[in-house]
Amino acid sequence: MEYLLGLGDDALVAAQRLGEWVTVAPELEEDVALANIALDQLGAARLLLGYAGELEGAGRDEDALAYLRSDREYRNCLLVELPNGDFATTMAKLLLLSAYQLPLYAALSVGADERLAAIAGKARKEVAYHLDHASLWTVRLGDGTEESHRRMQAAVDELWPYTVELFAADPAAPVDPAGLRSAFLANVEPVLETATLDRPADGWGPDGGRAGLHTEHLSYLLAEMQVLHRAHPGARW
Amino acid sequence: MYGHDFPVPDDGPAGGLLDQVEAAEAALRAAAGRGRPGPEDGSTADTDPQDYFAALIDADQKIEPRDWMPEAYRKTLIRQIAQHAHSEIIGMQPEGNWISRAPSLKRKAILLAKVQDEAGHGLYLYAAAETLGVTRDELVEMLLSGRQKYSSIFNYPTLTWADVGAIGWLVDGAAIVNQVPLCRCSYGPYARAMIRVCKEESFHQRQGYEILYVLASGTPEQRTMAQDAVDRWWYPSLAMFGPPDGDSTHSQQSMAWKIKRFSNDELRQRFVDMCVQQAEVLGLRLPDPDLRWNESRQAYDYTQPDYAELMRVIAGDGPCNRQRITHRRRADADGAWVREAAAAYAAKRTAERTSDRATVLA
Repeated sequence: MEYLLGLGDDALVAAQRLGEWVTVAPELEEDVALANIALDQLGAARLLLGYAGELEGAGRDEDALAYLRSDREYRNCLLVELPNGDFATTMAKLLLLSAYQLPLYAALSVGADERLAAIAGKARKEVAYHLDHASLWTVRLGDGTEESHRRMQAAVDELWPYTVELFAADPAAPVDPAGLRSAFLANVEPVLETATLDRPADGWGPDGGRAGLHTEHLSYLLAEMQVLHRAHPGARW
Repeated sequence: MYGHDFPVPDDGPAGGLLDQVEAAEAALRAAAGRGRPGPEDGSTADTDPQDYFAALIDADQKIEPRDWMPEAYRKTLIRQIAQHAHSEIIGMQPEGNWISRAPSLKRKAILLAKVQDEAGHGLYLYAAAETLGVTRDELVEMLLSGRQKYSSIFNYPTLTWADVGAIGWLVDGAAIVNQVPLCRCSYGPYARAMIRVCKEESFHQRQGYEILYVLASGTPEQRTMAQDAVDRWWYPSLAMFGPPDGDSTHSQQSMAWKIKRFSNDELRQRFVDMCVQQAEVLGLRLPDPDLRWNESRQAYDYTQPDYAELMRVIAGDGPCNRQRITHRRRADADGAWVREAAAAYAAKRTAERTSDRATVLA
């Protein structure tokens, strides 16, 4: 259940951040693309949280889990809850997230849990597109103008430490994240190179997300997301 | 994904109108099958272009981008299609305002999909306008500088979640009533775009209706929220059909060119008649004490919207005019470096290909 919450919360919080781009994207095509990616992540989140609620067996559905937990009960990684920043930051976040989610969902899609395997199989196809989209923009911005190169490099540098948490060992998990790092690097490093960007050095990274210890940003994100639902306890929508 | 576990009149709030869209699509195919007037080889060299244009309109054939057309016809279409495209883009804002706070994950997904559709509609309407010899960049620039308008309805705020429902039911409903006849517009690319847009809009109206239905049969607070939204959106929605026929400046010529097929007042009446029955099913009151069935007209009598208010909002003094355009300008300005980077990247790739080719040739 905790593991499923981690997967579902990653997808939900990522969707919430991506949704913030709708109406402010750099071009119309990007409004469409970012909304599309947000929808994919939201769709995966609903399936994962719904399943988590069933396993718990306490009568909590996807909405109870999404709207009635506090930030201390959320299990998402810190990467997804960080503010959107500029378009380069958002694309760097999407690149790192999808480069991690792709091998993760691929492994889960052939795992022992059939229900989870089916969810992961669907999500894997979608995430392959997210990775493609983020890679294209990383290359365009990295190898675009001086300004876009500077912004893209700054974004990658700023976010790189947040990837450490993604691969913290968890031998009890259906897929141990520690085993995914090489596939992640194989997805990211060639993109950075084509984009003429420096791959940041590995080192310290903040963590705590999986244990409910988040950045200060998540509480605000949830406050906004949950305000209406919480104002009408028990109502149907 | 649009669940409908609720009673819907007929086959959906916009059911009959969808049939008309299908009929327009069939008529379009039939006209293509009949072929255009004139010699079989399609040569029109001997024909006076003005006569040929008139003959096409008379025969209910479509004018296509390659055809000669009067300059005023072209200008009218550019103005109308661009205004329509701008409305889709600005219209994303009032609804986008509730994406982050949608009260359930299902509602959030439906709303995201809806706002995404609107961006898509904007894109293909801009593409339809571009067939008339204007670029999307020029059109966007005219929106940002205020030289072209968008529908004034989007200058009203979405204050509660029920407003998302009211926009879907009333605003999208009015838009469909307006747009269904445009599926038979004489300009081919616009007619074809409208057929596609109308099909998707009917889903939008359905989701708005569903939101209001759930609220109206929910808690007392939800019910109040739903009624308040209908109270605020009813008259602005009626005003979407434009000024009364006597004051409408563009109507007569557009009717002759078969761009427009019905007058503003005819369409407004059609909308009112459609809404009354639906409001009853919803259990919500339309805020018009004089709304009643007129046996002799076989239509509802209703109170006209405040056209002075409409003119004020069109002139720029609605509750959100400044906010909407500032938002759009900021998005455009903030994204400039991204678009420049994409252009620079594409130019580098083109240059590489050119030099590769030069190397091969040398």
